[in-house]
Amino acid sequence: MNVRTGAGVRSLARIVARDDGRGGTSLPVLESDGPLALRRTRATGSEARVMLVGAMSGPLGGDHFTVEGRVEEGARLSVGSAAATIALPGQAKGEARYDVRLDVADHGELHWLPEQLISAQGSDLYVTTRVELAPTARFVLREEQVLGRVGEEPGRLTSRLTVRVAGQAVLDQELACGPGAPGGWDGPAVLAGHRAVGQLVVVRPEFAAEPVAATVLGEGASVVPLAGPAALVTAVAPDALRLRRLLEEAFASLPRA
Amino acid sequence: MSRAALLVLADGRFPAGGHAHSGGAEAAVKAGRISGAASLGEFCRGRLHTAGLTAAGLSAAAALGIDPVALDRAADARTPSPALRVAARKLGRQLLRAARATWPSAELDALGREFPKGAHQPVVLGLAARAAGLGPVDAAYCAAYESVSGPTSATVRLLSLDPFDATRVLARLAPELDRVADRAVEAARKAVGEGVDALPAGSAPLLEIGAEVHAAWPVRLFAS
Repeated sequence: MNVRTGAGVRSLARIVARDDGRGGTSLPVLESDGPLALRRTRATGSEARVMLVGAMSGPLGGDHFTVEGRVEEGARLSVGSAAATIALPGQAKGEARYDVRLDVADHGELHWLPEQLISAQGSDLYVTTRVELAPTARFVLREEQVLGRVGEEPGRLTSRLTVRVAGQAVLDQELACGPGAPGGWDGPAVLAGHRAVGQLVVVRPEFAAEPVAATVLGEGASVVPLAGPAALVTAVAPDALRLRRLLEEAFASLPRA
Repeated sequence: MSRAALLVLADGRFPAGGHAHSGGAEAAVKAGRISGAASLGEFCRGRLHTAGLTAAGLSAAAALGIDPVALDRAADARTPSPALRVAARKLGRQLLRAARATWPSAELDALGREFPKGAHQPVVLGLAARAAGLGPVDAAYCAAYESVSGPTSATVRLLSLDPFDATRVLARLAPELDRVADRAVEAARKAVGEGVDALPAGSAPLLEIGAEVHAAWPVRLFAS
């Protein structure tokens, strides 16, 4: 479905994970499309693993990428990416879009752990991530944004993340940064000069009865219970490496699953 | 509609308890991120376009008559910090008390019954505007202005900032306040047909993290 038009590339990649009835997870749908290439890698236990491999560069101006992931009842899937995604300016005018749609059925589990999204100078990307979880679904999502490559000004990046459990939004946030974003994005209320910002969302049914305790890790990260069976880590750091360390440290502080 | 009602609702002396909250300014001052008028201005600008826009959207939506229960849930999802959710409900309860005494209305009474511990302040603000005969534009302006006036008056106290400098910070933000109120009202009108997902969800990582850092202090001048 990968179509190159004057306006940029449109491509749609799809993953469906299904309980194979023998204690494992099968992938009846694993559709790559143009720049979005999906590879099944070695499973661990009952969990299927998929790597998103950037066959071309990341989204350029005018491109519209969509990734859809569905985990059916009782299936377990972990998705990572082989490298960071770099948003670059394109020849086509206008913003690029990257939409991620995730859906996890009851007793299903999805770990969505891509590498960083790097906003290169001159790029303009709008990312939306929409997650629909059934009441007993389990879910982990990591989102890391790096503003500019080393020593470079960032492009414009807007990212909206919405997570629903049983139809009810437990998290709905949009962060806009870079040149052209509404004012103050780099100021003391929002990023204060930090060049890496990330979130880790963890949804587990047991958090409804036993929410995580709110804690902070220094001045750059917090772990909080959301209004629902979910926890959120928010972190800012000077660079991607220190951001990843903060998110990992925060994740390790959560009760064991 | 009486435009003067807007002055009453937006007046810092309206007895709704806002003076006890710094809107994140106390944490930012302690961390050294606000140290004078210039950094206060940048703090307010960032807060206006994130938390301020989100609050203005919720207030405008409530003023348009969108279900306050759905709006309160939308506010929860847009407020990851539990310290900020608690603060927003506390402020909502205090505002509701003042609004019911000022502009008695069946809708405000119903809101009080639905949320005995308080609804999110921007939702109450929108319904208070409605009860006062005001519209979504007024409610959005009120919420957007509060998002910057609170931290500004708090910083005057925290840093002994010159009140003239502080007022100049607010005046310089006026054109952006207009834009934020416009965006908020436009989104709220969209939400009438499309539901609360159409409302802005601007977030500010350091406000969220700072609120939790602040809540952990043993001694604070401001509640949030």
